Amino acid sequence: MNRREFIQLLMQAAAVTGTGVFAGGAHASSRALYDLPAFGSARLLHMTDSHAQLLPIYFREPNVNIGLGEALGRWPHVVGRNLLAELGEVSPREAHALTYLDFTQAAEKFGRVGGFAHLKTLVDRLRGEVADGASLLLDGGDTWQGSGTALWTRGRDMVEATNLLGVDIMTGHWEFTYLEDEIHDNVDAFNGEFVAQNTYATEDALFDGIPVYDEDSGHVFKPYTIRELNGHRVAVIGQAFPYTPIANPKRFIPNWTFGIREDELAELVEVIREDEDPAAVVLLSHNGMDVDLKLASRVPGIDFILGGHTHDGMPRPIEVENSGGRTVVTNAGSNGKFLAVLDLDFGGGRLKDYRYRLLPVFSELLPADPAMQAHIDAVRAPHREVLDEKLAVADSLLYRRGNFNGSFDQLIVDALREELDAQIALSPGFRWGTTVTPGEAITMDRLLDQTCMTYPETYVREMSGAELRNVLESVADNLFNADPYFQQGGDMVRTGGFSYRLDPTAAMGERVSNMTLANGKTMDDGGTYKVAGWATVGSQSPGDPVWDVVARYLRARKSVRIDHLESPVLKNVKGNPGLADYRGGHA
Amino acid sequence: MTGLLTRRRFAQAMVALAAIGSTPLRALARNKEAFEAKMPDEALKALFGDKPMEATDAFEFKVPEIAEDGSIVPVTISTDMPGVKSISLLVDANPNPLSARFNFMPGAVTEFKTRIKMGESSDVRAVIETDDKLYVSTKNVKVTLGGCGG
Repeated sequence: MNRREFIQLLMQAAAVTGTGVFAGGAHASSRALYDLPAFGSARLLHMTDSHAQLLPIYFREPNVNIGLGEALGRWPHVVGRNLLAELGEVSPREAHALTYLDFTQAAEKFGRVGGFAHLKTLVDRLRGEVADGASLLLDGGDTWQGSGTALWTRGRDMVEATNLLGVDIMTGHWEFTYLEDEIHDNVDAFNGEFVAQNTYATEDALFDGIPVYDEDSGHVFKPYTIRELNGHRVAVIGQAFPYTPIANPKRFIPNWTFGIREDELAELVEVIREDEDPAAVVLLSHNGMDVDLKLASRVPGIDFILGGHTHDGMPRPIEVENSGGRTVVTNAGSNGKFLAVLDLDFGGGRLKDYRYRLLPVFSELLPADPAMQAHIDAVRAPHREVLDEKLAVADSLLYRRGNFNGSFDQLIVDALREELDAQIALSPGFRWGTTVTPGEAITMDRLLDQTCMTYPETYVREMSGAELRNVLESVADNLFNADPYFQQGGDMVRTGGFSYRLDPTAAMGERVSNMTLANGKTMDDGGTYKVAGWATVGSQSPGDPVWDVVARYLRARKSVRIDHLESPVLKNVKGNPGLADYRGGHA
Repeated sequence: MTGLLTRRRFAQAMVALAAIGSTPLRALARNKEAFEAKMPDEALKALFGDKPMEATDAFEFKVPEIAEDGSIVPVTISTDMPGVKSISLLVDANPNPLSARFNFMPGAVTEFKTRIKMGESSDVRAVIETDDKLYVSTKNVKVTLGGCGG
C-alpha cells in the first residue's frame, strides 16, 4: 500500500463509519504521527510482546519502574513527568502513549491502541513506502499467549494473524508455555522463520533423538537467518527469553535448555561477520532492556538489538559503546501499542547510518484492514458468548503494569482471598494485562487479558512466615539484583492481606522487613498463614483456573472500585526517577 | 548425530581415564577428607596443602547465570594450559563444597562437561592444579524460586 492508497482507505473508512472520525483532525493527527521522512534504503519494522491482543485495547504505562545501580535514571527507569522532561517537545498524544499521566482523560480523548487489523494497515503503509523486498517485519515474541482465543487454539490464532500481518522473522518466550509438539506445529504453520540462538536440546533429549534444527550443535531452532534487503545482506539472530524454564513451567518443555549464552552469541556473531559478509547484524531479542544493555556492552559486532520482554516503550534507542564499536539497543513496548521503524542507510557494503522511530498505534487513526478483521472476527465468533460476558463494571481505573500491585492485581488478590477463604493472596508480577477505564464493563475478555495462560490453576495452602518472606526476597532479587544477568524481567509478586517494607537497594535476603497482617498483627517466620495463589511453576496446582475464581467474585458484585493498593512501604528509593505518584509510601 | 556421539564417547573415555589412573592409597584418603570438608578452604587444603593459588579467567569455565534446575547445574571446563594434573569444582554454599575432582593423565585433553548439585545460590570455583601452582576461576550461579517472568 502506498501513501495515496492509504489515504483513500482512510477516507473510505470514514465514509463507512459515517462518524467522520477519520476526517479532519484525525487525518492531520495520522499524518503528523505516521508520515516519516524517507531515509536510507532498507526498513526494519519491529513489534514485540503483543500478548495476543488482536483487538484495540487500553494500556497504561507504569508510574513505578525503579532502576538501581547503573540503571538508576537510565531509560526505561524514568517515568511520567521525569520522562517527558528528558524527551523535550512531544505532542499530548505521544505523551499519553509514553506515560501514565492523566490516563483516564487522555485515553478517552485519544482512544484505544493496537489491534492487529489496525496494525496491519500501518505495517502495509510503512512497507509500501519502501521498495519491494527492502523491508522486514520482525516480531520479538510473546505473541501466542495472552487471550482466551490464543489459549483455546494453543496459539494457532496468533500464528495465522502473524501470517496475515506478514511477520518475516520471530523469536519467543510465552510461545514455550505450550507443549513441545504444539510449538513445532505452530512454527511449521508460521510463514516466517522462528530463530533462537539460545534454545538448545538437553544432551539427554538429543541422545533420545528429539526434533532439532541442528543435531551437531543441539539448536532446537535456526539460530539466525540472512535476508537480502535492496541488495544489502542483513543478518537477524534470534535471542529467546533466556530464563523460560525458570520463570515459566519447565514441565511443558523438559527437553529444552536456554540461558543468555553470551559466549555462544559472541562466537556466532564472529562467524556471521566472517562467513556471511553482512552489511548489518541485528539481534531480535527477548532478553529485556537491562539485560540487552549489558549484553551490548560485552558482545561486539552487533549493530542493533531490537528488544522486548520488559514491555518498555522506549521512545529513543540507547547507543552502547563496546570493543567492536557501537550497538544500538531498543525496546518496543507491548500489547500491540507500538510499532518500531528502523531505517537503514548503507554505503560501501556497510551500515552507514540509521533512523529510529517508535510509533504508537492509535487505532482510531488507522482504519482496520478488512482481511485481518475478518480473521479476528472468525477466531472470536465461536467464543463470543464467553468473551463478551459483562462480569461487573469498573468504577475506577484498572491496570497492572508497574513494579508493585496495580489496581487490577489488587482486584485479583482481593478476589482470591475472599473466594478461597484465605488470609493472604499472592499473584504473579506479569507485565502483560490490559487496562479498563472507569465506567467500562469488566468482560471475561478483559479478565482473560490479565490471567490467560496454560498454568492458571489456583491453590490454597499453609505457608510459614519464613516461606512467605523467602518468596518476597527471591522475587525482589529477580527484579532488583544489581546485575541485570540475574534479573528475570518480571515485576514484584503482587500481595494481598499483608503489608511489608522493602528496600530495593539492599542485598538478597535483606530487602524485606516489617511483614504485618491486614489486622495489624506482626508476622513472624515461625507463624503459619493460609495463602491463596495461582500460576505455580513447579507442578500443577489443584484448584480452579484463576479466571473462574475472579469471575465468581465479580459476578457477585455490580461494580468494583479499587481505592487502596497493597504496595510495600519503600526504603532508600525516594526521589528515584523511576518512581512517581507512588501510593505505598516511604519509610 | 555424529558430532554428538563423538562428544559423548569422548566424555565416557575421559571418565574411564580418570578411573583407571592408578591412585595411591594416600591420595584416596586425602580425597575422602576433601569431599567431606564443610568449608571450601578446608577442602582445598586437604587436596593441595599450601600450594600457591592464582585467580584467572584464562580458561573456559561455563556455568549458567541462573540455574534452570539446582539439582543438575551444567558445568563445562576446557583449557589448553600445559601440565594440568587435576581440575576440581567447589560450590561454596553447599554443605560439602567439593563437588567433583577430575584427574588427568599426562597428555590428556583437559576438557569436560559435568553436572553439579546446588542447594542455593553460590559462588562456584573451578581449580586447576599444575605441578607448581593452582589456578582458580570463580562464577556466581543463582538458584532461585521460579515464576513471575514478564
